[in-house]
Amino acid sequence: MITKDEVEHVGWLCRIEINDAEAEEYAVKLSSVLDYFGQLDEVDTEGVEPTYHVADIMNVFREDVVTPSLDQKDVLTNTAEEKDGYIKAPRII
Amino acid sequence: MTKWLSISDVKEIIAATSAEEVTASYLELIEKSSINGYTCTSDGALDTAKMVDKGEVAGPLAGVPIAIKDNISTKGLATTCSSKILEGYVPPYDAHVIERLKAAGAVIIGKTNMDEFAMGTSTESSCYGVTLNPWDHERVPGGSSGGSAAVVAAGESPISLGSDTGGSVRCPAAFCGVVGLKPTYGAVSRYGLISYANSLEQIGPMATCVEDIAAVMDVIGGYDARDSTSIDNKIDYQAALVDDVKGLKIGVPDEYFGEGVDSSTEKAVWDAIAKYEEMGASWGKVSMPNTKYALAAYYTIAMSEASSNLARFDGTRYGPRSEGENWHVMASRTRAENFGKEVQRRILLGTYALSAGYQDKYYLKALQVRTLVKQDFEKAFANFDVLMAPTMPLPAFKIGEKVEDPLSQYLTDVNTVPMNLAGVPCISVPCGSSDGLPVGLQIIGNHFDEATLIRAAYSFEKNTDHHKARPGEVA
Repeated sequence: MITKDEVEHVGWLCRIEINDAEAEEYAVKLSSVLDYFGQLDEVDTEGVEPTYHVADIMNVFREDVVTPSLDQKDVLTNTAEEKDGYIKAPRII
Repeated sequence: MTKWLSISDVKEIIAATSAEEVTASYLELIEKSSINGYTCTSDGALDTAKMVDKGEVAGPLAGVPIAIKDNISTKGLATTCSSKILEGYVPPYDAHVIERLKAAGAVIIGKTNMDEFAMGTSTESSCYGVTLNPWDHERVPGGSSGGSAAVVAAGESPISLGSDTGGSVRCPAAFCGVVGLKPTYGAVSRYGLISYANSLEQIGPMATCVEDIAAVMDVIGGYDARDSTSIDNKIDYQAALVDDVKGLKIGVPDEYFGEGVDSSTEKAVWDAIAKYEEMGASWGKVSMPNTKYALAAYYTIAMSEASSNLARFDGTRYGPRSEGENWHVMASRTRAENFGKEVQRRILLGTYALSAGYQDKYYLKALQVRTLVKQDFEKAFANFDVLMAPTMPLPAFKIGEKVEDPLSQYLTDVNTVPMNLAGVPCISVPCGSSDGLPVGLQIIGNHFDEATLIRAAYSFEKNTDHHKARPGEVA
């Protein structure tokens, strides 16, 4: 079960603004999904290693050499606000 | 020009007329379309076709149009994941698969509609509205690659690319009566695929026949250093187009025929297995006991990964930006106003499952169950060459039927998510109908054994007529 307060807290963690009515609606809908996830509790996983990844690879290294990258102009074409070749965003604090 | 062309049909027509003429007639079909399968068409398509005609571009797919799911980056062509949060985004680079297709002479004809960020089984969560199933306009095309399947089924492109995180290629292939392949995890580079759940997803082709699936895989498959999970494993897909299943051992997992499987769907799949027996294959039952937990494990992992992958959409580098007195408020508003409800639900749930105090209960537990699901496949493949099951437990459902209750839609993915957890390849091929709607037979193979998968699917196609059924022509 997830409460309305928890929904608001999680909304802050993942930066999604949620109003009161939405928090209430989410609490109901998300709880039914979490209930379903709860069936995993039945499974005995004592001593079972987690699978983060199916590919049988550990670390993938490459040579540390400079290669061509995207043009600065191309990278900046999609931002809402640009200044002096940088992406401009509102102040953080 | 007739509809529903294969790659070899297209090549014949190009030889008799021109690549430009072929591309122009597809663009005309798309223009008149009533199914809402495309999000946009490419202005450069005709130029590429003209270059093919002049001999400036050549390759195995020279002049062949291909439709691309809207979550695969195409340089200079809008790529939005059918989400308002990427409105106006035009990628400055091509995905690996697009580079390969262009080098092979293919004509990128347009982008296809999808569930927002590939989260769904119906294409209803798209910001552009649902795509209609060409077999019945009141029904969904499946999802999340609904547009890619529907345009092939409607004859509006000979081939397409989708992506499959938990069934997103196979489900719409089954619902629209086309062929769709999810390759082994690592077989196709994900470079330029906008991530939803990166440890689960693969790009895969859709077509009207298995031959075309193999032809596209020979172009897009193979190693790419820009995807750290890409695996150097050379498979000759077209060499596997052999009509012979003598001695093939088929495993039939009981758990995939559980309650909730539509009876006509079940019958069509058993008829297909009987056909394989007639063709010289043998079959036996196999138990995969952890299947019942795969769905909960899948959604826990997919939502957790999504909450991290979608953090990049914050109004800073791309997409619309909402007003706010500081960055946090701006980002929170941008995301609230531009992500759809289903995407928000999944990010919230994923964040919750990864948050302090719940990580072991949900996320770690799901990863452990993933190990058990993977072991079920390892045990099954010790005795069988391939596994067979219904792709979807039911035919295409009505538009609106499962919108209000997200869990009811998640449950339809029961037969497609285990393969993504295990990373094994699988293909959906048409095998009959239920109430006039297509049914898909799912064939599942071992890691990097696409050759056996393609041989099995190709042999079925050569000995049956199910893949020839077209919307409006069903018996």
